[in-house]
Order: sequence, then structure tokens, then C-alpha cells
Amino acid sequence: MSLLSTLARMEAVRDGRAVPLATVRHRHLADRPMVLVPLAAAGEAGAPLAVMLGQDRESPVLLTVPQPLDRDRRFALLADLAAELLPWLEGFGTEVDLLTREVKDPATGEKTEQVRELCTNAPQLLVPGPAAVEFLGLLGRSTRFRRSAETALDEGVDPGPYPVPARVPLLGRWLTHLRDRAQVPGSSLLLAMTDLLGRHWATGQSRLEDQHLGALLAWIDPPAGRTGAEAALLAETARDGHGQLLCPPAGPTTDPRFDSGLLAPAITRYDAARKLDDAVAAQAREAEIAALLEAVLRPTWDRLWQGLDLLRALPAAAHLPERWEGDRWSYTSHRDRIAAGEPPQPVRDDAVTAARKLAQREREQTRLDIQEALDDPLAMAEHRLAGEALAGRVVAVEAAYDETGRSPKPRPLVTVRTSDRPHGDPGRELYRAGGPTAQKAELVSADPAAGLVTVRLLNGMGRRKEPEPGSVPEPGEQVCFTLFELTARQSAPLPEPEDTPWTHGGPPVTRTATAQPDLPTAPADEEGA
Amino acid sequence: MNDFIPGRPAPEPPQSPRLSPSPLERRLAGLRGDAPQRSLDARALAALAANPGCGRRAVLDAAGVDKTDLATRLGNPAPFGQSPFAISRGLGFERRVKADGCTVLLDLLREQLRLPEDSAPVVFAELVDDPGLPAGRVASARVALAAAAARPGVWTVLDQPLLRLEVAGSTAHLEPDLVVVRPDGRWTVVEIKSFPILDGGADAVKVGAAARQAAVYVLALRETAAALAGVEPVRDPYREPEGLAGAPDSTALLVCPKDFGNQPTAAAVDVRKPMAVTRRQLDRLTRVEQLLDVLPTGTGFGRDRSDGQLAAAVGALQAVYSPDCLSACELGFHCRAEARCAGSVETLGRGVRGELGSFHTVEQALAAAAAAVTAPGGTHADTAGGTPSDTLADTPDDGDAESALRLARAAALRAEALQTAALQAAAPVGGAG
Repeated sequence: MSLLSTLARMEAVRDGRAVPLATVRHRHLADRPMVLVPLAAAGEAGAPLAVMLGQDRESPVLLTVPQPLDRDRRFALLADLAAELLPWLEGFGTEVDLLTREVKDPATGEKTEQVRELCTNAPQLLVPGPAAVEFLGLLGRSTRFRRSAETALDEGVDPGPYPVPARVPLLGRWLTHLRDRAQVPGSSLLLAMTDLLGRHWATGQSRLEDQHLGALLAWIDPPAGRTGAEAALLAETARDGHGQLLCPPAGPTTDPRFDSGLLAPAITRYDAARKLDDAVAAQAREAEIAALLEAVLRPTWDRLWQGLDLLRALPAAAHLPERWEGDRWSYTSHRDRIAAGEPPQPVRDDAVTAARKLAQREREQTRLDIQEALDDPLAMAEHRLAGEALAGRVVAVEAAYDETGRSPKPRPLVTVRTSDRPHGDPGRELYRAGGPTAQKAELVSADPAAGLVTVRLLNGMGRRKEPEPGSVPEPGEQVCFTLFELTARQSAPLPEPEDTPWTHGGPPVTRTATAQPDLPTAPADEEGA
Repeated sequence: MNDFIPGRPAPEPPQSPRLSPSPLERRLAGLRGDAPQRSLDARALAALAANPGCGRRAVLDAAGVDKTDLATRLGNPAPFGQSPFAISRGLGFERRVKADGCTVLLDLLREQLRLPEDSAPVVFAELVDDPGLPAGRVASARVALAAAAARPGVWTVLDQPLLRLEVAGSTAHLEPDLVVVRPDGRWTVVEIKSFPILDGGADAVKVGAAARQAAVYVLALRETAAALAGVEPVRDPYREPEGLAGAPDSTALLVCPKDFGNQPTAAAVDVRKPMAVTRRQLDRLTRVEQLLDVLPTGTGFGRDRSDGQLAAAVGALQAVYSPDCLSACELGFHCRAEARCAGSVETLGRGVRGELGSFHTVEQALAAAAAAVTAPGGTHADTAGGTPSDTLADTPDDGDAESALRLARAAALRAEALQTAALQAAAPVGGAG
């Protein structure tokens, strides 16, 4: 944590409510995001218990499993989830922008025009927290390699003892892609609400406690008459007369006391009704379980929408469309991979793909840091405090020229009043933030005692002897220079996966050749074990 | 790793299992009062080692006070619990691993530790399993280990043996899931966990916790082995002593379900590093006697005490709170309430103290930031005048002055940024620059 955010947290303690950590909204928010709250069955790996999802805050869809050990019911839930999500996910693939670019043939050097499709919009999925993102990834991992009876028939292979419903493996591939994309800094296809809120507000508690969605919102938007700390404590600990939390955990894990006090007895009753072959009673018991699960999901659902309202009240940052375009590319390329009939994402990436992903995440992190700093004075303040930027009002501009060439070039000296202390020696290259054009400068002198810094502008002033109007700041103008470059560098090119050198394991072997169907999950005879 | 301190005096000679309580044990029992004893287990030790400075936890654990009960009495009940589904799944998996005379388990052990195929007989050690007789359990585990050492070439399986470890002057009782004595005479700790090993990897946090737990067991086994061999225990985990004292293997076996199923799979975990860390941190624990000495006479945590007396007794023990405690200690919520009341900066995160230098409370830190901002000369960044350093340069305490200066600078920048944003919001037409 930086000193500035620590300071903000201390102010939140003093004020009894969260304080802003950003002056603009740094993540794209779709007009109609898909909100999804998953619950997992305790003890089982990647076993869904319930999902509440939808795009309409008044009418969420609820999917539940009455007996989490029953794998048929688990896959029935995943099939229902696929029926809800896939049409929505695939729907963005139909409307596209056509982009043309010139491609140079590496062999002949001939230039040809290439037309590419970029989907006009992309889906956005919103979950309560990072644990839910991981859980969706786990669901993706557990389903994307499975075979349904239909696809097995098409491929002429044995579907194995446990074929899954038709569209479930496809859902697994989408979930895997969304979770993968969520690892890219600044991406917005799959977002966790606690991360979003934590980026924009500082609470008077630690980052660890901010993982509790209820407590986090209690600090940001405390109910009348309570301080954030009081409201957060209530959200964390308050229980009703039956010992159940008033603010259930946002998932995917449920409160153990909910499991022992309500869910386990309800499941036992359901199992008993099933054992007696009493279909009517079993259905009634199933409805009871669904009602119990809805009761613990609904508060989280409402909080997610409350969080959305709070975030929407912030003005959007200037660079959001640019970053969202990256998400649109990501969506488009996954759409294309599925359309091309490519196999599901492998368990482990091959060396080249892994290196590419890492390079991309590093590049995006740099780009995100830069863009946030340009969009938000509070983010820039972090850099100024660290001595990586300086901002202030221009007090003097002195015309000066570079006389070394054939004709003199303008190299004006700009003196700025600032208390910032850039960590650089004279001659250090600077970059002008928020100027009319991309402009470089160099540090000439810094006088911390007088609070003055002088820089020399180096370019972006046109070709004439006198600088283009507007390209040099006027006295009285607010300016900002950074010591870091304002664009992220491209990393060195990597070979195609097929050309992976032997030092890195050689070209990847496709999984289909070595695929082993996963071991079946807990068979029915293990129930209640 | 240089965790081993050569000049360190050797600890007390290994004691033979005692049946009568020592004076310290009696004193701790007095603190506990009539409440039932909670024995210090590996999980508690690992948690204690993660926060070695916390005297409150050290004393309460050493005295065997039920912290869950205590937290409830103090009005800040611990939020922990385990789902019945998770428990039944864990037990079911453990049964599965131990089924058929541990055949699956021994196969996994051979495979992971690269042991040759063998047809050595498997012996299940007979252990006292009466939970009311910890000393008897410890003794029987010792006898079983000694017996196993005396008959090489045989697999001996000890199911939940009870081990003993002296920690900061008090005794911890540890119960590994299994200890297997191999035909080659080495002892391997087996930990059975119900989190999955997915695609050959598992949750790093959970594996770390399991490794720390196993490390504590290996430490205890080493002391037992040294006592059986009649030599001093070697304190450096990276050095393996000769003979019987070196029997405990510093590689433990972690057995988990494979992928999404229920099939056991295993991984060999080298626990030398957590052993070194735990050893060092346990050595650093303030000795319980010293912690007890500062307690007012008559202090106690028994059930007969009033809530006010309890709160005072807990308050007399110095706690070291950090937000990590909330997920590790039953008293986390109580200590947090106390820390918040005191306005201490630790409530905001573990690293915050380092950033704020000498400021211990939120109030002090904010006052320092504000004082420097409002002081003449040390004003907002873009107005005329010197920097805040001018006003504070003469302050005598350098550490304080520097922290205050950095805080003031941060406060000024924050105020300026918020002001700029407010101006932009008021006049949205304004372009960049």
C-alpha cells in the first residue's frame, strides 16, 4: 500500500466513512452487465450449489442443486447455466466493425489490404469478489474437457461413463476464457465487485477486511446514523435469532452455520423423501432448499447492484474506450477460435503461449498505470510523491534555440513552480502529460528551496524556427511532466507455438491425442460419506 | 539459510514423559480455572509462529484456555466454523486413504519418495487412544517408535500418535494424521488434507499451512528420536544426525484428492525450510514464565469470573494485532475492537506501521499531516512559498520529522488532486492541460 492510500484510509477512520481513492471511474461498465453470484458446495472441489444471475436487478434467475453430491443434478445446473449464459455470450458475436489494415508479405514485401472483424461490443460479467472469479475458472476447468453424448457421436469416440449435457463443455471454454482475461490488468470482461470498489474508495479498515463485500459497502455507503466501522461490524457479525448472519458471505463459500443449521437438515429431508420415492414430497423439499439458497443469495445480489450504482455515479475515465477495445479484441478472438473448431484451452499453456500471456499482462499493467495517471490527478499524485512526476504552474517561458544544425530549432526553457522533487539529474528525459501533442523535455535544473523546476522542451513544436502556437505552455498554465514514458513498450517478438525451440519443450502436443477423460467425481455410493 | 544459531545454549535435556504436573503447569492450570483444557496443537503452533510477538495468544494457548469460549464471553465471538459437508468429506477421504491396511497410502509413499518395490510386512502399532490420558498416549507412541526402530525391514504405521514438544516453556501435544516407519528405518510424517491437487498443483496457501503443520510434527519427532537415541537433538533442520536420532525424514507426504474426484494422490513436501522458520520463531517466543510474571495476582480465565474480570485479565496480556489475526485467531475480533478503540494504525494493514514511522495512532499521524499543511510556509503545492520541509527542518527528532514531512507532502498532494478534480467536475468543458 502506498503512503497516499494509507493516508486516505486514515482519513476514512477519522470521517467514519470511506473516502475517494480515485476521482474518475477507472473500469469500463457495460450498460447492461450480467450480474452473477455463484455458491459452491463446501468440501467439494468446483461443485456448484447455486447461482443467481441476470441483467435485471428486479428479477434474477435462480439455479440450485438440492443435493450437491449428486453429479447429475450438478450437471443439470451447469446445463441450465449454459442455457442462460451462452446465448448472451454468443449474441455479441454477430455485430461487427470491419477494420482494414495493410499487411506486408514478409517474403515478397508486397503490401496487401487485410479486413478484420472486431465485435462492436463485448459481454461483461460481474461477480462479488476474486474468489468467485477463481470459482468460475474452476468450473471452466472441470467442464471444458468433458464430452457430451452428441459430440462424442460426432467424433466417433466413446463418450465414457458420464456424458455431460450438450452445451456444458462450451460454457466451460467461455468461463475459462473470461477468467483468463480477468488476469489481464485493466480488463473488464469479468470483474469482481470488491476489486472495483476497492480501487475507487479507501475504507478505514485493512485491505483484507475489504474482501467482505458487505463490510466494504458499509464503509462506502453507511446507513444513516451509523459510522462505517459500526456498519461494517454489523455486516461481518450480526446474526438473527436463529444464529444466521444478517449479511451472508458473498460466496462462493457459504457460512458454516448456515450449512449446519439450515442446509444440511434440508438436504437430509430431501434425501429421505427421495428414498421413499415420494416425488411430490421430494419436489417440495427441493423448493425449500431453493428458498434457503435464495435467501442467502439475494442480499449479495442487491449489494452488487448497490455497488454498481455507486460506481456509475463516478465520471468515466478518458481512456476507458481504448482499454475496452482490448476486451472487444479478446472477445472476438475467442469467438473466432470456437468458430474455427479449435480444441479447448489446454490445462497448461505451451511455452510460447505462456510467455505471450505474461508479456501481455506486464504490458497491460504498465499501460494501465500510465493511463490511470493521465486520467486521474489522484493517481498522478502517487507518481509525484514518488518523485516520478512533477506538476505545477508555469512562471516563466524563455525562448532558446538549438543552433547546432543548419537552421535553429526552438528549444524553449519552461520554469514551473512546484513542490515536487523529481528524482532525476539534469539532462533526464521528461514526458509532457496532457499536452496538445506528445512532447519530450529534459530536466535543466531543480531548486527545491525556491520550489522551482526548469525544463527544456525538445520536440513537438513544428518545423519552423518559432514554435507552433499552442505547442509551448504559457506562463500561468498548469503543466505536468513525468519521468516515465507515456506509452507501454512492445516486448520482443515471440515465435509461433509450432516453432517452439527444443530448449522450451518443442512444439506443443495437442491434448486430443493424449486426452484422458477426467476421473468421475464422487460416485453416488459415496453420498453422505 | 542461516537460521541455526551455533552459540545458542542447548535446551533442557529431553525429559522422559512425566505424569505429575510441573509447577508451571500447575500455575497455568490455575489461570485456566475450572474450564476444560485445550491442548496446544500444530495449527495453534503454526498460528503462534506466524505472530511470535503476541504474548496474549502465547499465554492463553499455553494455559489451554478455550479461546472460542473466551471470545464469546468477551462479546466478540470468533467467526470460525467448519461446514458439516466439509467435515464429512474430509473424514470420508481420510477413511479412504487408510482403507485396506493403508495399501494405497504405502503405494503413494513408495512412488513419491522413490522407494524400491518391497514385500515387507505392514504392522499397525497399538497406541493408547484414550483422549483423557495424554501422557499415556505420548508414552505409547514413544514405545511404538522404539519398537519399530528395533525391527528393521518392516513397515510400521502409527495412526494418530500423540507427540510432545516443549514450546516457550509449555508443552504442546501434537497429533499427526499418520507416522510411517519405513523398512529402511526412516520415519515419514503423512498429512491427509481434503483440498484437491488439481493438474498437479494445489492452493499455495493451503499447501503452505500443511507444510508448516508437518514441520512442527517433524520437529517433535526429532526430539523424540533424539531422546530414544539418548543424544542431544540437532537444531539445524538442514543437518541430519547419524543413527536413530536422524530417523525422522524432513520430507513429509501430503495426501490429497486428485482433481475433482475422490481418488487419493500425493506429493512429497520438503519441510526443512518451514522447520527452520518455525524453530527460529518458536525460540523467539517470549518464555511464558516471563509473560506470567507481569500478570496481576488473582488473574484468571476460569468460567467463574465475571465478564468484567475476564476483560481485565485479557487486557493485562499484551497483544500484537494485525488484520491477519482475524482469520487465524479466535480473539481476532476482540483485539481488533481494542486496537480500533486505541486508534492504532495496525488496524489498517500489516505494512502500515513501517510507512508511518514513529506514528502509532491514526490521530497522531493525521495531526502531523495537518500541522505541516496549515503551518505558514508549508502550504499547498502550487502556491507561493517554501516546501513543508522548511517548517519542520528544525524539529529535533529526525525520524518523526521525516515521517511528518512525508505525510504532509502526501496530504498536500491528495488535497490538491481532489481540488483539481472538483474544479474539473464543476467546469466539465475544460480540456486537458
